Amino acid sequence: MDKALIPEGVRRCSLPAFGIWILVLAALIGWGVYAGVVVLIQALNVTGLNNHFGFGLYITADLAIIALGAGAFFSGFLYYGLSRFFPALRELHKIINLAVIVGFVCYTGALAVLLLEIGQPLRGWFGYWHANVHSMLTEVIFCITCYAIVLVIEYVPIVLKNRKLDAIHPVRIFGHTLHDMMAIFALTGTFLSFFHQGSLGGVAGVLFARPFAYRTGFFVWPWTFFLFILSAIASGPAFTALVCRSMEIVTRKKLVDRSVYELISKIVGTLLSIYILLKIADTVYWAFFLSPELGFKLGDYYRAPYGMWLLFTEIILCGVLPAILLTASRGRQNHFIVFSSFLLVCIGVIINRFVMTVQTLATPVMPFDKWEVYVPTIYEWAPIIAMLAYCALILSLSYRYLPLFPREKELNTIS
Amino acid sequence: MVIDLDKCSGCMACSVACQAENNISFRPDETNKLRSITWMEVFYLQNGKDYGEYQYTYLPRPCMHCDAPHHAPCTFVCPVNATTRNEENGIVEHIYPRCIGCRYCIVACPYHARDFNWWDPSWPKSMESMLNPEVSTRMRGVVEKCTFCHHRLLNARAKAYLEETDPDKATYLPACAEACPTKAISFGNLNDPESEVAALIKDPRAFRLLSKLHTEPKVYYLSKHDWVRKQADKGF
Ligand code: SF4
Repeated sequence: MDKALIPEGVRRCSLPAFGIWILVLAALIGWGVYAGVVVLIQALNVTGLNNHFGFGLYITADLAIIALGAGAFFSGFLYYGLSRFFPALRELHKIINLAVIVGFVCYTGALAVLLLEIGQPLRGWFGYWHANVHSMLTEVIFCITCYAIVLVIEYVPIVLKNRKLDAIHPVRIFGHTLHDMMAIFALTGTFLSFFHQGSLGGVAGVLFARPFAYRTGFFVWPWTFFLFILSAIASGPAFTALVCRSMEIVTRKKLVDRSVYELISKIVGTLLSIYILLKIADTVYWAFFLSPELGFKLGDYYRAPYGMWLLFTEIILCGVLPAILLTASRGRQNHFIVFSSFLLVCIGVIINRFVMTVQTLATPVMPFDKWEVYVPTIYEWAPIIAMLAYCALILSLSYRYLPLFPREKELNTIS
Repeated sequence: MVIDLDKCSGCMACSVACQAENNISFRPDETNKLRSITWMEVFYLQNGKDYGEYQYTYLPRPCMHCDAPHHAPCTFVCPVNATTRNEENGIVEHIYPRCIGCRYCIVACPYHARDFNWWDPSWPKSMESMLNPEVSTRMRGVVEKCTFCHHRLLNARAKAYLEETDPDKATYLPACAEACPTKAISFGNLNDPESEVAALIKDPRAFRLLSKLHTEPKVYYLSKHDWVRKQADKGF
């Protein structure tokens, strides 16, 4: 029925099957929207947040999804910025559309959840109007908004490539013109992303009275600023590759050449190795020099349920292990190892964002404080699940109706 | 502010006075202390020893109005300039109509001196006429905290102006200090070497809470007990 909208030469599932999938996603989104409306009407007291845990699941999910969405800016930077110097990076052309859409959904989804997170959502615009130039959060607000706009601009030419839209002459010209300017937007996005990924790290690192999060650093930037950038550019492409692979599994089609995954493995492996070495150095300095100066031992920070296992999982299991597997060329040749490593990298970055927000607050600072545990409620889970469903919805619609993968036709010709 | 823990009897008059003076709202059920609003919280400290050697003390905790040279932990993180330190009088202020409720300041404050309004403020009808007209009530979704009864300072300055004396030399007492039956709370200008508080902080019993973190609190405590001083600064 919707054949006219589907890109030429490719096959998609039947409309009823697609409709059922969309309905499932719509139901999840509806559930999240309902929970969000309850939060807006009844206030944040319906969440698990309290005076101890000012930050919780909303912020953790936002930080994580923004890190995972970094594939958009970083792939754009590699493809539009560096591929003229390193021709091997041209391979990214085969996945760049997907990377842009993943970034777009991650950022717009995160912005929607952020609106629920603030106690006075109608004052959200104060962040622009009364901006405090000293606050890392201000930098985040500005950069994320600007970058979300850049992502919209980057997404538009992909939408305009739809068969029906492309047939309209002025639309086609507009789309092509935008496409020609993509390098400018990609590099603008890189600049903005660099700062907001870093500032998100800075949000935790500058808390000089919270010894769990506090780090010294370089000028006004604590080490977490740089570690967040590095972890985002290591995990972002891994997440894009995982999304692509999931789409291949669901659609039972080859969507990109194997060489693309190999290239991403190399990129992720190299960046992850650099990141994890610096992260270990940072952890050692923090645990054995910085914290004791502030009166805290490493053991003070890790107690059930946020025990030492979190540190081990984040750094060793989700850092060192995939870094070794992805840098070894034999590891890169095995599909299972590659995608398991990508998954570990993404889990690692989620854990990192969790500990920097929630565990920071669980750790007692005052001598008579208790170790607190935070339990999110359904009103926090539902909007997060809805955000993921929204991401899946946009990706599904884009895959069905837009030419996302330039090699899909060739890779799936029935001989 | 200087709080003499050796004089504090833990009667909580300071906390109650603060609650009434500053129109701090409360709920019919206040058992969830992680959701309640208390500008002047009274903590119970004990030395962890067994019967015979067991000792305890009470520690009232207002906002420390941190004096770290660059900024208080809470002020420089606020994305909308809703909380700032008044560099003339040292009071850390919070502008409620500007607060967006992001709670970053709550996260930054190690003293838990900041509370969030999880609900619309409400009082029993019979109490509404007792609200202090000099202090605005706070709406749901914003953060609030102790202001060292800033409105009393403004009143004292206005009075000095009318009496044609120097407003900068005007003195006042916050509600907690005024209500304390044992006179454990002293209040004044720490920068004035002649003031009582400036003399008190030179007492060998004086210490600050978490001074290791370099937040430079403007609230000092006095205690003759080593274990209290040690505990207050994480064992050092
Ligand atoms: S005690 Fe907390 S709220 Fe008060 S100035 Fe210090 S950091 Fe800010």
